[in-house]
Amino acid sequence: MNICVLIKRTFDTEEKIILTDGIIQEEGAEFIINPYDEYAIEEAIQIRDEQGGEVTAVMAGNEDGEKELRTALAMGADKAVLIKLEEDVEDGDQWTTAKVLSTYLEGKNYDLILAGNVAIDGGSGQVGPRVAELLGIPYVTAITKLEIDGRKVKIERDVEGDVEVIEASLPLLVTAQQGLNEPRYPSLPGIMKAKRKPLEQLELDDLDLEEDDVEPKTKVLEIFLPPKKEAGKILKGELEDQAKELVSLLRSEANII
Amino acid sequence: MARKVIVLGEIRDKALRNVSFEAIAAAKVLANGGEVVGILIGEKAANLASDMIAYGADRVVVAENEKFKHYTPDGYAQALMAVIEEEKPEGIVFGHTSLGKDLSPKIAAKLNAGLVSDVTAIEADGDNITFIRPIYSGKAFEKRVVTEGIMLVTVRPNNIAPLEKNEERTGKVASISVEIKDLRTIVKDVVRKASEGVDLSEAKVIIAGGRGVKSAEGFKPLQELAEVLGGAVGASRGACDAGYCDYSMQIGQTGKVVTPDLYIACGISGAIQHLAGMSNSKVIVAINKDPEANIFKVADYGIVGDLFDVVPMLTEEFKKLKVLSF
Repeated sequence: MNICVLIKRTFDTEEKIILTDGIIQEEGAEFIINPYDEYAIEEAIQIRDEQGGEVTAVMAGNEDGEKELRTALAMGADKAVLIKLEEDVEDGDQWTTAKVLSTYLEGKNYDLILAGNVAIDGGSGQVGPRVAELLGIPYVTAITKLEIDGRKVKIERDVEGDVEVIEASLPLLVTAQQGLNEPRYPSLPGIMKAKRKPLEQLELDDLDLEEDDVEPKTKVLEIFLPPKKEAGKILKGELEDQAKELVSLLRSEANII
Repeated sequence: MARKVIVLGEIRDKALRNVSFEAIAAAKVLANGGEVVGILIGEKAANLASDMIAYGADRVVVAENEKFKHYTPDGYAQALMAVIEEEKPEGIVFGHTSLGKDLSPKIAAKLNAGLVSDVTAIEADGDNITFIRPIYSGKAFEKRVVTEGIMLVTVRPNNIAPLEKNEERTGKVASISVEIKDLRTIVKDVVRKASEGVDLSEAKVIIAGGRGVKSAEGFKPLQELAEVLGGAVGASRGACDAGYCDYSMQIGQTGKVVTPDLYIACGISGAIQHLAGMSNSKVIVAINKDPEANIFKVADYGIVGDLFDVVPMLTEEFKKLKVLSF
């Protein structure tokens, strides 16, 4: 089984967002593998351990992404590919990322491609399905269970709380939803081994792509923080009176009932 | 410049979802005076066309086929692409729902187009359309424009107000027949797990429980309050992890992102991952025994007390109000 996992490097979920001159401050921030991509990596490793084959972790990003790819290798991926965009692409969008990844994946004939359901920074969830479409293979998003029997695949996916049971066949791209598995932490031997595993670094040139080929279709004009919430009102007095006061405040002050 | 914009109506339990009416309102802004065409795809869908028109669509195209009993990306894409080729729209609006999130990137890839997902507001300045959307789980927002080609958008439920329903409005309803072939994913079964009634992502009122509910039975007072308010019940990851409720109820960074008019957090400490899923709610009420709980920092109103005392009191108080409307 030839498996590929698409991963993204994101801000740690605990990080505060600080804007300097309208740009999100990255210096000093902790970065992690996008949490949904961790489910994808874990699933890929489990499938390989069961059925044999190889897991390749692929990232389109910048040179800092090596750290997260090494983490994926330490979890158990066999090799990694970092496609560095910083020299050629200034403000790529999801179209850009999907174009780069699908160009790399074209002709590699992966049986299964896994990705996260959504990235917690950009939050669009576009790249997985876009890549599948560009490669001409089917996809299933937000999966919570995956069973592979030969070329047949049985999947459960989360549809706003309901479970859809889906049948498909390989090759296939799936995106991982929470509940798919419990991602492992890299073990110490895993971390040691990861240092020697192959990590290939590529640029647009190596994919025969020009800057114009990946020119984004959308552009960010401005980033802003939500208005700071004024401190809320903590009610006082007997609980019963507080309950009364709350209902009346929701009616008169908050105007919502 | 007027634009022709199409809107995919989304059917759930034989009715159009609210977000489809919100999407029509968004399409009107994009259209800038141009035509808004509703698209309905389903096993049976034609009977819902009049609803799309009442909410602002100028006309509706219906694609019915037994293969549309369940949504599949291949089936819906074939129908939608047939309509797109015929209509040649300059914009397409979807709801940012399970279906919209799944289908819109495929259509965007087919059209070689940009897609702005999860839009919560739209600014129009003449021809220029700017989309506002949350990033970093609502910790920041970005203003994004489409720089080239057709504009594809998904709109987050509960954020863009629908137009007033007007049953007097009329418009043409046309059917197209589409030959659906090569479905590469097949839906074998749908297991309904989400609680009956109000859909969490579209609910105007959400009562959410955390570890403080202590057990599955502990959700009962929350359900009673939700019933009185016509709301839905959600949960923090802590409550799901503890096995008090199904993960389908989880609100947060992993889980659902919700923006109801009223969010009542009961026994939720307010971990940053939970706040990511609800902090953009219009009014937040926190009920927690611990006065230091983080949830009070984002709450508009807080009651320090045991949820098992406070929630039933609130239920009684709300019951006293004769007319409840959100």
